[in-house]
Amino acid sequence: MKEVPTLAHAHTHTVKRYSGIMDWLTTVDHKKIGILYLITGGFFFLVGGLEALLIRIQLWKPLNEFVSAGTFNELLTMHGTTMIFLAAMPMIFALMNAVIPLQIGARDVAFPFLNALGFWTFLFGGVLLNVSWFAGGAPDAGWTSYAPLAGTTYNGDHGVDYYVIGLQIAGIGTLIGGINFLVTIINMRAPGMTFMRMPMFTWASFTTSALILFAFPALTVGLVALMFDRLFDANFFDPSGGGNAVLWEHIFWIFGHPEVYILILPAFGIISEVVSTFSRKRLFGYSSMVFATILIGFLGFMVWAHHMFTTGLGPVANALFSIATMLIAIPTGIKIFNWLFTMWGGSIKFTSANLFAIGFIPTFVMGGVTGVMLAAAPADFQYHDSYFVVAHFHYVIVGGLILGIFSGLHYWWPKMFGRVLNETLGKLTFWTFFIGFHMTFFIQHFLGLLGMPRRIWTYLDGLGFNEMNMISTVGAFLMGLGTIFFLLNVTVTAFKPKNAAADPWEDGRTLEWTIPSPPPEYNFIQTPLVRGYDAYWKEKMDGHTEMTPAEPIGPIHMPSGSILPFLMSLGLFIAGFGFMYAPDWGNLGSLNTGYIIGAIGLLITFGCMITRSVKPDHGFHIEVEELLHDKGGKA
Amino acid sequence: MSAHSHVEGQLPHEPEKATLEGRNKILGFWLFLGGETVLFGTLFAVFLALRDQVLGGPTANELFQLPLVAAATAILLTSSLTSVFAIHALHTHRVKALINWLIITVVLGLGFLGLEIYEFYHYVHEGHGFTTSAFSSSFYTLVGFHGAHVALGIVWISLIIGQLMKNGLNTTTAPKVYVAGMYWHFIDVVWVFIFTVVYLMGKVG
Repeated sequence: MKEVPTLAHAHTHTVKRYSGIMDWLTTVDHKKIGILYLITGGFFFLVGGLEALLIRIQLWKPLNEFVSAGTFNELLTMHGTTMIFLAAMPMIFALMNAVIPLQIGARDVAFPFLNALGFWTFLFGGVLLNVSWFAGGAPDAGWTSYAPLAGTTYNGDHGVDYYVIGLQIAGIGTLIGGINFLVTIINMRAPGMTFMRMPMFTWASFTTSALILFAFPALTVGLVALMFDRLFDANFFDPSGGGNAVLWEHIFWIFGHPEVYILILPAFGIISEVVSTFSRKRLFGYSSMVFATILIGFLGFMVWAHHMFTTGLGPVANALFSIATMLIAIPTGIKIFNWLFTMWGGSIKFTSANLFAIGFIPTFVMGGVTGVMLAAAPADFQYHDSYFVVAHFHYVIVGGLILGIFSGLHYWWPKMFGRVLNETLGKLTFWTFFIGFHMTFFIQHFLGLLGMPRRIWTYLDGLGFNEMNMISTVGAFLMGLGTIFFLLNVTVTAFKPKNAAADPWEDGRTLEWTIPSPPPEYNFIQTPLVRGYDAYWKEKMDGHTEMTPAEPIGPIHMPSGSILPFLMSLGLFIAGFGFMYAPDWGNLGSLNTGYIIGAIGLLITFGCMITRSVKPDHGFHIEVEELLHDKGGKA
Repeated sequence: MSAHSHVEGQLPHEPEKATLEGRNKILGFWLFLGGETVLFGTLFAVFLALRDQVLGGPTANELFQLPLVAAATAILLTSSLTSVFAIHALHTHRVKALINWLIITVVLGLGFLGLEIYEFYHYVHEGHGFTTSAFSSSFYTLVGFHGAHVALGIVWISLIIGQLMKNGLNTTTAPKVYVAGMYWHFIDVVWVFIFTVVYLMGKVG
């Protein structure tokens, strides 16, 4: 809720409002930042997808030499890293930015400037990571970057440097985003929007943000330690210097396991919204859904060592982590049944968004079942590092998260862009992607059980792997086709008139469907008064066509755009290169060239930070006349 | 809004919480400190895992001299007290006292930092370099991270002092003072753990 100063107090600062490309570089509007996240996250999804296809081409027949073993290691490392950090997380942030302020009836996020900063640090971190392809070799120690493989003994080139520095910069953005959404959801809810009236997607994103807050700093420390090992000869993970390689595994997975719940919880939220809307029913067991979401988030911190059963932690640790892991199946099961009971007796519409949501449910159950199988420590000794594990995590991440994101994109596309996606192409996307997905990964369970190790570059003939790998590769191309159908859909839709209704599905239940598609930059002319769960649906059932306003129409204060977030991230990008190449670039006078460049980069970043702190942002006001004009002239 | 919502000279009792921006900033900063806790928690865990791996270098027991560390601790704890006085001055709207207490806090912070730099310099001469052993790497990283936080806090509070001198106390500057105070307490608490876990436990174990 914004405080509205009276006109006498409203200072009229002349604020430069940018347009064109400068508008996108300086925007602090959460809706535009959401679109930026979607475009860049989508781009990295294509890059990661291409890497996956190259992996599958290499594996389609035995003793193939399509790519060299070294390139294969780079491909699988970059595929995993890109998909997790640069594709999945940004696309989640895209939907969170686009939807959450609207769902809670807010005019913006709590920290619009930091929101922009989060985006640009993610982008520059991601670009830095991918520059490695053109600078002598990408990281090739796997996305988990285990020591000592990732140390200088076995990785003398700069590949892993790109990994530690790129992820560090991108990680800053994620942490900022997490804090921003927590504060937004706690402090910026419209009157009447109590915690137990919040839409499920908002709840899921809230929990995810809390997980980000408590998981990412562990990664920060891990990456710093690995960076010190590599750049400054520290001894954290190097046994010859007294370091401990298993320590890296602990740090990485203390971050890494919450990370998978960071990824999946928003998808749970999306599925809850979509299933409820297209079943025309209130979400079954709302409070148990909230409870289950929080419980999953909590337990997510208790299970990291199930990635390390074979490390040799001993039977007691393995048993405890085994039981903790299995416990997560309970809240997840609650969610699955709640979705099914939501659909039960509902008048279900099979739109593209709902197809993805319904396809998600059995797919995710399969990923969950293999998850419980892997949680049994003795059995895990058999599955460990085999294609069974590859199949499992692709079922939960692609079959869970990516189907969820596709569902959310089809569902909220009209709200983000003002145009409804083509339904025929949407269904084509679903069926090709869905069938392609199961074709690629279902068979990999059996490849794993037959003994095919993960991350293997090639395999011998006559092991019984040939046909299954061939099928898997064909499936991967079918998923690629599905993605092409989606891109085609986006292109075709972009040329259609921008005429989506405020409530294009006609069964919208939450606040985002009460305002125009796409919403004006201030979102709500008047902050709505929320009278219950599914706020808009409740008004509809009471015979109203719009929300009851909680405030009179008055001038709305908006933050002004700023180029500083872009420059700050650019500074970090430059500094990253400086420190990375300090040993190679020699001296400039008596000083090391790399360190000079690194210092210049940091100076840019801190200089912008100080500028921001000293120079107050007065923002600007959108006056009542303009608001009434937007509303169509009716007062 | 924010700075303009109140008539000059009539600040509310808690000016840092008078605007939504101020309240957002304070809540956001509490959460940020939550993340920082995990950050330092992980650094402590790393240190505890590696502190006995001294290789040929000096051990913690040989290295640490408690009088010096105790002096540093006393200085930093006192600076926490002076920052409390600063926040009290903020709540009673005494700008001049606020600025003076912040200056004293910064000076004490500089004193602490000076002792720490001397301490590191001394250790390096004793053969305890950053690359000597896993113990030394994790020691310098943990204590150095804290030192970097102190240095950042000194620069930050100095900038805030400048803004207070220029703009006075209002609903824009008040939240900045308040969160800087929170930050200063936090690095103080971290130091208490460093004193215990690194130095005292290094002496006895």
